[in-house]
Amino acid sequence: MTWVLANIEQIWRLTLDHIALSVPPIILGFLIAVPLGWIAHRYRPSRGAILTVSGLLYTIPGIALFLSLPVILGTRILDPLNVVVGMTIYAVALLARTAADAFDAVSNDVRQSSVAVGYGPVRRFFVVELPLAGPVLLSGLRVVSASTVSLVSIGSLIGVSSLGYFFLNGLNRRFPTEIFTGIVGVILIAVVFDLLLVVMGRLVLPWAHVSRRRESSSRRAIA
Amino acid sequence: MNSLLGALAWLGDPVNWTGERGIPVRLLEHLGITSAAVLVAAVIAVSLGLYIGHTGRLSFLVVSTTGALRALPTLGLLVLFALWLGVGIGPVILVLVILAIPPLLAGAYAGVESVDRGTIDAARAMGMTEWQILTRVEIPLGLPIIVGGLRSAVLQVVATATIAAYLPIGGLGRYIFDYLPLRRFEPVFAGAILVTLLALVLEGVFAALQRLTVPKGVRILQGSPAARGGSGRARVELASGSPAATAHAQGASGPPQRRSDSVSAENSTSLPTQ
Repeated sequence: MTWVLANIEQIWRLTLDHIALSVPPIILGFLIAVPLGWIAHRYRPSRGAILTVSGLLYTIPGIALFLSLPVILGTRILDPLNVVVGMTIYAVALLARTAADAFDAVSNDVRQSSVAVGYGPVRRFFVVELPLAGPVLLSGLRVVSASTVSLVSIGSLIGVSSLGYFFLNGLNRRFPTEIFTGIVGVILIAVVFDLLLVVMGRLVLPWAHVSRRRESSSRRAIA
Repeated sequence: MNSLLGALAWLGDPVNWTGERGIPVRLLEHLGITSAAVLVAAVIAVSLGLYIGHTGRLSFLVVSTTGALRALPTLGLLVLFALWLGVGIGPVILVLVILAIPPLLAGAYAGVESVDRGTIDAARAMGMTEWQILTRVEIPLGLPIIVGGLRSAVLQVVATATIAAYLPIGGLGRYIFDYLPLRRFEPVFAGAILVTLLALVLEGVFAALQRLTVPKGVRILQGSPAARGGSGRARVELASGSPAATAHAQGASGPPQRRSDSVSAENSTSLPTQ
């Protein structure tokens, strides 16, 4: 505990670094994956290609991805950008499939009704399909957020500053408190991000948890 | 592009294919670590998952383990265990086992859960014992999903075994961590390429295995070849075989729609936790 208090400044700085590396991939991943998922849902022939490529990108081990990106992007090997781009690729790979499934799950009757009352494609997407896909997208986003926050720490292996630094430094100094601080810090960031996403979900999709509650009680009645 | 050519040249150099630091030895070490961890984890997690899926008891365990372990930084766990238990292969295997349990557990559970209730009731009505129902009905029908859990577990372990080479153990990650401090990037890139290839090959092997494990009867019933095993949902449909069961199975293992922490062998568990 004394170590934590004595080093609170460094902990705070590395926490901010960690957050700065985690936030852009989560947001960018969402912004890229939603249109991709919609295309995969809307145009059947593209589905296989989009989902296969994202599945394969997802297969690449993190450290290998971080190390390969400088070759492709022309960045320096220690550039934090490699971690941000790598994590964005993972976020897109994970969310594209979720988004495709989410748009698939929107009831066709609802879609056709919206066409019948005169909604154009753009308005239909933003007013009907996106809100109805919202709850599934949100749960996908929560998964992405947790895994991004946890994975960013391996960027420390290639010298990118994050809470992962405490893992490596703690091992070198044989000092478990430092490692523990890093682990707790990462989990705290993940929990805070998750809460933020849930709160945002409540604000943007106020009907979601109401209908979920109703549904679970009706399921219980059936069982 | 130069570094890529350098890495390819390094890979082509026969010197790097021989001796105890050669690529074949490192590859075998990597596969050895991976299979040891996955085997231990499978013994624990698959039996537990089958029990939970068959009896319906303790199902909260599946949701809570997959959710809680997602945010846990593996690298931190790895160095912490190395400090506590001493540097060596033991703590590494232990962490990899912990990592492999959630996808295996979720896969085994979701596989059994996906089987149509009517089929199970019919089996029971025909006089099958609970053991027979599990081994002759639930496991064969749920096998593609169970193998799906194995697939995610193997991929996560392969990736994490790479970063575990930060500790003094073998495997393909050695090339990355031995040469990165020396700033000799050819072997580092070569290591990254080798690990990626290994992951892609294993992914292909398990995807094929997943298709092969679809029972013949289900394949005929579905009226389409096993080529449909492409998406998680198609797999659930294949395994359950009837539209009513599909609706039921999706509640448990489809896209996490109703419960935010829904257990899905496909989406929620196949995380790159390296």
